[in-house]
Amino acid sequence: MDLRLDGVSVDINGKLLVDSLSLDVPRGQIVGLVGPNGSGKSTALRCIYRSLRPSRGAVWIDGQNMRSLSLRANAQSLAALTQEATSDLDFTVAEIVALGRAPHLRGNERLSQREERLCLEAMEQMDVLHLAGRGMLSLSGGERQRVMIARALVQEPKVLVLDEPTNHLDMRHQIELLSLLRRSGLTVLVVLHDLNLAAASCDWIGVLSDGALHCAGTPREILTAPMIREVFGIDVSIVDHPLSGQPQLFYTLPTQQSQEHTQ
Amino acid sequence: MNIGAVVLALFLMASILVAIGLGSAVIYPQDTVRYIWAALTGGQISADEITRYQIIWQIRTPRVLLAAVVGAGLSVVGVAIQALVRNALADPFILGVSSGASVGAVLVNTFGTLGFLGIYAVSGGAFVGALVATILVYGVAYGRTGVTPLRLVLTGVALSLGFQAAMSLVIYYVPTSEATSAVLFWTMGSFGAATWGSLPISALIVLIGIVTLHRTSRALDIMTFGDEAAASLGFDANSLRRWLFVLTALMTGAMVAVSGAVGFVGLVVPHIVRILTGASHARVLLIAPFVGGIFMVLVDLVSRTLVAPRELPLGVITALVGVPVFIALMRRNNYAFGGH
Repeated sequence: MDLRLDGVSVDINGKLLVDSLSLDVPRGQIVGLVGPNGSGKSTALRCIYRSLRPSRGAVWIDGQNMRSLSLRANAQSLAALTQEATSDLDFTVAEIVALGRAPHLRGNERLSQREERLCLEAMEQMDVLHLAGRGMLSLSGGERQRVMIARALVQEPKVLVLDEPTNHLDMRHQIELLSLLRRSGLTVLVVLHDLNLAAASCDWIGVLSDGALHCAGTPREILTAPMIREVFGIDVSIVDHPLSGQPQLFYTLPTQQSQEHTQ
Repeated sequence: MNIGAVVLALFLMASILVAIGLGSAVIYPQDTVRYIWAALTGGQISADEITRYQIIWQIRTPRVLLAAVVGAGLSVVGVAIQALVRNALADPFILGVSSGASVGAVLVNTFGTLGFLGIYAVSGGAFVGALVATILVYGVAYGRTGVTPLRLVLTGVALSLGFQAAMSLVIYYVPTSEATSAVLFWTMGSFGAATWGSLPISALIVLIGIVTLHRTSRALDIMTFGDEAAASLGFDANSLRRWLFVLTALMTGAMVAVSGAVGFVGLVVPHIVRILTGASHARVLLIAPFVGGIFMVLVDLVSRTLVAPRELPLGVITALVGVPVFIALMRRNNYAFGGH
């Protein structure tokens, strides 16, 4: 399945949070969405998982306008990892992961054996199987994040939308998650803050600035020092990765530099 | 079938029988059972037993059954409301339903409106008051993006205070002892007014509500993760909230109309049950009606026997019994609600 944003705008209380954003996520590819805080990344994603209705424009999934699909039908083919979506109630990890089957079940219908297995596999993949019986509220931020990703995987989506999935994760789990996404064959739209990880994992990157698409292209085309200077307001050096050849960013702290000069 | 639920159901039935048997008039257990049996099967009793029969069947049985129904209903509504507004401190009355009911009842009492309902006029007034309050709270809380949990709670609390002020005004201007005791009844709650006439309709509404909520338990689970997570799992949190709001208001209204606002049960029983069963609403909503029913039947029994023939207010006993139980369970199990 492919995902397409077509001139999506979000206007809340007269403030234009997303400004005619058009973006293609081709089938089976990983598209990264990057940009500074408040550039409209999360707002754009909320239009895709139907938490927000775009003021103008439309989101298309497999050539179908999402507005014509029920929320339930939508959730059967598209899963989302939202930010900070924990419950106040102390559900166990296994219970939370099982909720990922909700779009496929009627009311309180029980999970089938296949679905139970699916949950175990997803917990195994996200390395939370050993936590299955633990209460969610007793887990660390990174463990919680992995549980929520496992829940999204259990939805058996064709399209996966992830809002900062590497948030709270340690390096090993960040790398494992992104390589899992690469292997999965899913159509993925992912918001990332780490531009190096984005360069390593994405087929295509869209850069958002003030709600509008600043530029889009392959990591090599997009990640340039002038672009980063303009959008993020920092100076970076860019070199090719010695093994993969992907562009990698090196940051220097301005204070450090000036200190070195004075010494 | 859940073993725990079966055991609790049997315990509830035993509690009901014991509570019917006990009271300020001494009636032997074998007689109690015989009277109930006679009433149910249309059997015969001798003429000198009429008074005791009436105490058992006309006064105590409806009273105890009402206690069971209200205990079960308030516990379940408490569970639903806490999920609905995502707040551990919420109880069935936080959205203004009970104070609205009190205003309705006191108005009927004082001005004699709704006379066509006969002896049910006050209950009718309370029910209408509850629904009017519900609509008001929902209308005021409604914003551009629908109704958010926080707005709902704040509006409910604010309007409750308004209704209480309105009630105080009525008492101030019509200071009859009847109006004052009516206010006391509605704000403290009591099962003393239970009759066979009013029990069935309340019981039916509460029962249908409990079954319906239980069938919605997965959606309730999902609601507690917030609107965005709900949307991503295919649930429209706003419309879910709307109909949960209507359902719980109808249930609460039906209970308050016949028993006043019995406090504490709807707040604490949901927590006690979650400590025992975990958070999953499918389990919580299966166990909560029994725990609430048993608790309420026993509390009512204590309130009318401890200093018989006088009655202690229900709220006093619910707190005296419930608080230690709650604290003991909470300390033993590291109960978590809302993290830290």
